[in-house]
Amino acid sequence: MKRFFILIMCVTSAAYLGAIDLGGFDIHGFIDVRGGLRTNSDPHERDASLGEIRLQLFNETFTEIGTFAGRIDFIYDGVLDSSHIDLEQGLGPIDLREANALFSPLDSLDIKVGRQILTWGVGDMLFINDLFPKDWNALFSGRDSDYLKAPSDAILLSWFPGFVDVDLVYTPLFDRDRFISGNRLSYWNPMLGRRAGRDAISEPERRHDWFGDDEVALRLRRMIGTYELAVYSYRGYWKNPEGFDPVANRARYPRLMAHGASLRGALAGGVLSLETGYYDSKDDRRGRDPFTPNSQQRYLIGYERELMRDLQAGMQYYVEIMENYNRYRSTLPEGMNAKDEARHVLTFRLTKLAMNQNLSLSFFAFWSPSDHDAYIRPTVEYKATDDWVIGTGANIFVGRDKDSFFGQFEKNNNIYASVRWNF
Amino acid sequence: MKKIFLSTIALSLLLISPIMGNEEKELTGDELMSKSNQAFYYAGKDGSSDVEMTIRDAQGGTRTRSMTILRRNEGENQKYYVYFRSPADVRRMAYLVWKNVKGDDDRWLFLPALNLERRIAPGDKRTSFVGSDFFYEDVSGRNLTDDTHELVETTDEYYVVSNKPKVPNSVEFAEYKVWLDKTTFIPMRSEYYDKNGKLYRTVESKKVEEIDGYYTVMEAVASDLITGSSTVNSFSNVRYNLDLNANIFSQRFLRRPPREVTSRK
Repeated sequence: MKRFFILIMCVTSAAYLGAIDLGGFDIHGFIDVRGGLRTNSDPHERDASLGEIRLQLFNETFTEIGTFAGRIDFIYDGVLDSSHIDLEQGLGPIDLREANALFSPLDSLDIKVGRQILTWGVGDMLFINDLFPKDWNALFSGRDSDYLKAPSDAILLSWFPGFVDVDLVYTPLFDRDRFISGNRLSYWNPMLGRRAGRDAISEPERRHDWFGDDEVALRLRRMIGTYELAVYSYRGYWKNPEGFDPVANRARYPRLMAHGASLRGALAGGVLSLETGYYDSKDDRRGRDPFTPNSQQRYLIGYERELMRDLQAGMQYYVEIMENYNRYRSTLPEGMNAKDEARHVLTFRLTKLAMNQNLSLSFFAFWSPSDHDAYIRPTVEYKATDDWVIGTGANIFVGRDKDSFFGQFEKNNNIYASVRWNF
Repeated sequence: MKKIFLSTIALSLLLISPIMGNEEKELTGDELMSKSNQAFYYAGKDGSSDVEMTIRDAQGGTRTRSMTILRRNEGENQKYYVYFRSPADVRRMAYLVWKNVKGDDDRWLFLPALNLERRIAPGDKRTSFVGSDFFYEDVSGRNLTDDTHELVETTDEYYVVSNKPKVPNSVEFAEYKVWLDKTTFIPMRSEYYDKNGKLYRTVESKKVEEIDGYYTVMEAVASDLITGSSTVNSFSNVRYNLDLNANIFSQRFLRRPPREVTSRK
């Protein structure tokens, strides 16, 4: 069955590329060679955090009927070494990033169908109302930041009646995050009570039911002067396997509803961002189930501005507050570490452009004073020519505890380097 | 009654005379820069053009940028939509500017791989536009009220206007001189001087053509005399008064480039 699937994939991609080629359309893309090493040894993972060659092909064709886009990556991965293609988790030699068609049946209506990258919200690497899939493995192991967003298989309806912009996304089958399962990066496994990796790859209960295990996301947005005001609503599931089924002894994706709002605009020579969301944990509204996350309130405030020419600085404060904290504490099984009622996170970003903006130095840090942990991402990128880009960077996790949000990844500290040729 | 009639005529003549006399009267620096700004940045009610940008560094290395720019005037404010075609790392990026003459501009950048609309902090407008020797302000215009303007010389072909910032340390120049073509008011040459009176930067219009009745710069060169680099902008497919839909200059078309840019080339 798997082989058959791979065959189908190869045939369809070949047919697609052939069709594009015959039509004389442009194909663009890149070849990206990237390697990363752990700076400390991890008993559960390989020393190499990253070792891959990636060919990306991209085509976008504008026709009278609509716009057709395809973006596909072919990967040789020396670390995971998997021939099994998992298009949802992005494992194996093929990662289909985009395959979609965009139509405008009415002047005020756009419909985009197929595999697409979806993003909204105003946070910088912090997401509240953006419940589209993310790829944490890509971010933490040093892939290009473009890979933080994983694709969705969805229908996007965008309606522009004038007084408001409406975006409605229907995903017929739940698209979870490309989560840290242990295959590449080690993580805290609460059942084992220790860090785990390749020895205990997490395999959560899947949601398989098309049109049953579906997701709906809605955004309404309008400009108030030059401020962008948006409200959001989501019905689906926690994007990471944050629930646990003690009977099946497996992690699971509990049901989630989220409602929120955001505001973004200019303030005192910079950009101010505000976002809030209420996470309604439908499987545990009263907070009595210790194996399902409680409902949460989330808030974010961010400010970004230019400090001097070609030097940008940004700061964010983010907090998530657990509802029914007392019930969580009283039902938590003996021996399990309790989370705090509020998790506070501060982020700092500095981006410096130099050498005619061909050299980009960036520093991004997450710091949680309540979790006593941090995640630091320095990156350097140099555009040697219009086509060649070289880069290097690091992912550094520090934590007091082994089970905190960032602290659990401490053994995954890595440095990486990359060379990319764009065509 | 007669008196009133006569004085009315006298008053009318008084009111008319400065207007009639205008032909002979030399234009002031303010008036010249205002006319030039209108001719150079506000031609037509809207416009579009393709731009090929070639950046040459002192060592002879070159980089190119190719983009389509759409512009729409909204009173004294303007909106710009820039769609990048090359090089590969910026292909399909879109940049939206709402230029507000009174206050900071609003700017957005769309990153296609992340499907992300970034709001860009207003920032210094005198920074390099996409790594070239042109500044953001060269592309969308400098606010006339930021400088004083003085006509310093009139030659057969040009009005030479000296411009000095009202807030001296707000910009890197202490003065810039502009050579305005006497018939078209297009700035043919600008020279930027630092505090010590040293010339460090020039912007020149190398080729001007009349398109749809508007004098249009078809080739412009910006040179950084300190680093030795220079950038040539070549414009093509220039068109005016296209009746561009106001909606093009919105978030919707950041994500989804409008026909006005995708149908070109």
